[in-house]
Amino acid sequence: MRGTHIDQLFSHFFRHEYGRLVSILTRSFGVSQLDLIEDAVQMALLEALETWALRGVPENPAAWLFRVAKNKTIDVIRREAMVRRRTPDAIMYQESGRSDVSLEVFGKGEDGLLRMMFACCDPSIPVASQVALTLKTLCGFSAKEIASALLVSIESVHKRIQRAKHYLKGHSDFNEIPTGRDLDGRMVSVRKVLYLLFNGGYASSHSDEHIRRDLCEEAIRLSRLSIESSLKIVGATWALHALMLLQAARLSARVGTHGGIILLEDQDRSLWDTDLIDEGIRCIERSSETGDVTTYHLEAAIALHHCTSPSVEETDWEGILNLYEMLLDLQSSPIYELNRAIVLAKIKGPNVGIKAIRQINDPYFLQKYHWANVALGQLFFDAGNINAARQAFESALAKTESGQEKELLRKKISSLPVGES
Amino acid sequence: MAEYLLMFRGGDEKRKKLSPNEIQEHMQKWFDWVDSMRDRKIYQGGDPLEGGGKTVKPDMTVTDGPFTESKELIGGYIVIEVGSEEEAVGEAKNCPVLSIDGTVEVRTIADIDRH
Repeated sequence: MRGTHIDQLFSHFFRHEYGRLVSILTRSFGVSQLDLIEDAVQMALLEALETWALRGVPENPAAWLFRVAKNKTIDVIRREAMVRRRTPDAIMYQESGRSDVSLEVFGKGEDGLLRMMFACCDPSIPVASQVALTLKTLCGFSAKEIASALLVSIESVHKRIQRAKHYLKGHSDFNEIPTGRDLDGRMVSVRKVLYLLFNGGYASSHSDEHIRRDLCEEAIRLSRLSIESSLKIVGATWALHALMLLQAARLSARVGTHGGIILLEDQDRSLWDTDLIDEGIRCIERSSETGDVTTYHLEAAIALHHCTSPSVEETDWEGILNLYEMLLDLQSSPIYELNRAIVLAKIKGPNVGIKAIRQINDPYFLQKYHWANVALGQLFFDAGNINAARQAFESALAKTESGQEKELLRKKISSLPVGES
Repeated sequence: MAEYLLMFRGGDEKRKKLSPNEIQEHMQKWFDWVDSMRDRKIYQGGDPLEGGGKTVKPDMTVTDGPFTESKELIGGYIVIEVGSEEEAVGEAKNCPVLSIDGTVEVRTIADIDRH
């Protein structure tokens, strides 16, 4: 039975199948049954594990999983209905002997995923809960994996998911995809969640590189759902997609390092993914069609500058500075101000950058955000102020939770010349 | 050379908690393990066993599930043909069920020509 094999199961198959099955089944049985459906899908995956390990992968693994998950869902609903002595009116369809017919009745997977995404990204749910629920039900991560990916506690993840589910159960049971103004409003939410998801993978350093990449890939995959759907897509959605593609293009060159402009100079640009960059450029072109200019547009334009510069020295820093000015016009943010300061330093020297960081309009920023200290440290070093550089790096070291970042900072500190002022 | 039966038991607690990702990784381990034995031509076959089942007692009563001694259900078995029990045990040590706190029982299949 060689050949009926795991090779047929491409990477993340089970994780993606989990999301697809939960989406399809909640569409038919309702979001109120979400817990029960997740259990049923989990049981189907476990049954696959026990059976396929020795029998090999079936000819149509997705259909096999769907059939098993659907049957388990029905079994549990019936059992619960009997316990409550009520007729199982949650069962929406007549049983059919052919699983392929049932798949059609339930609709294609992509449509179901899109609906589920809109349901998860309900702005009435706290955004952290939207993110956690999306990762759990759409992306198929366990609470433990989510906790590790977002660098939060498992208890926190459980709470966030519970909060989201609690809200969903009390509201629209069979989600229709919103239209018109409702769609636009929901997409604002969806974009926020995808941005946070992508950042979760991009910005933090993990000992588990896979989870990091997975988050970025998931954000892009989910973003593709809306872009490739028949829905009317606005510029902001194209711009966010472009931004993620352009950042993702550089992931391979960032291994073991943290994000941001700071370490751009150390990257081996030949490792950047040119296909992703090309796709990103096409998306930027699409993003200008509806005429809106959002922070996503501007951040994408900045990413494009970096991706299309042959080297750090040849980067159009003035152009990027201008984009940060435009960003700050749209939205005040100490992080934009920090990045702007770093760009200023490239143009006018480290002392100008240091001054700009000190002027950031958020008194607790340096305390809260350890990247500010890393940037300061780098600028102090460039300016020849070794003591101040050491202090800033040590400050950052004390604040970061990430093991990889700690190691990087330790290396930086130990490479500082000793005994200089 | 003789045939040996390898029966996998338990691992249920840990298996239930596997994430979809981990399930796929675990399945890969099974394929690798079985493929390795196939490649070396020692794999004779195997089957997964469904949970549940029945036990028939001498007094003809029938109870649900396995004999009550061990709570752990046999999840499946394989048969391999190797030179000795030590070799069979060596193969058993690579069984993925061990990584989820399951056990492998190794038994020699009696052959009339061996004695």
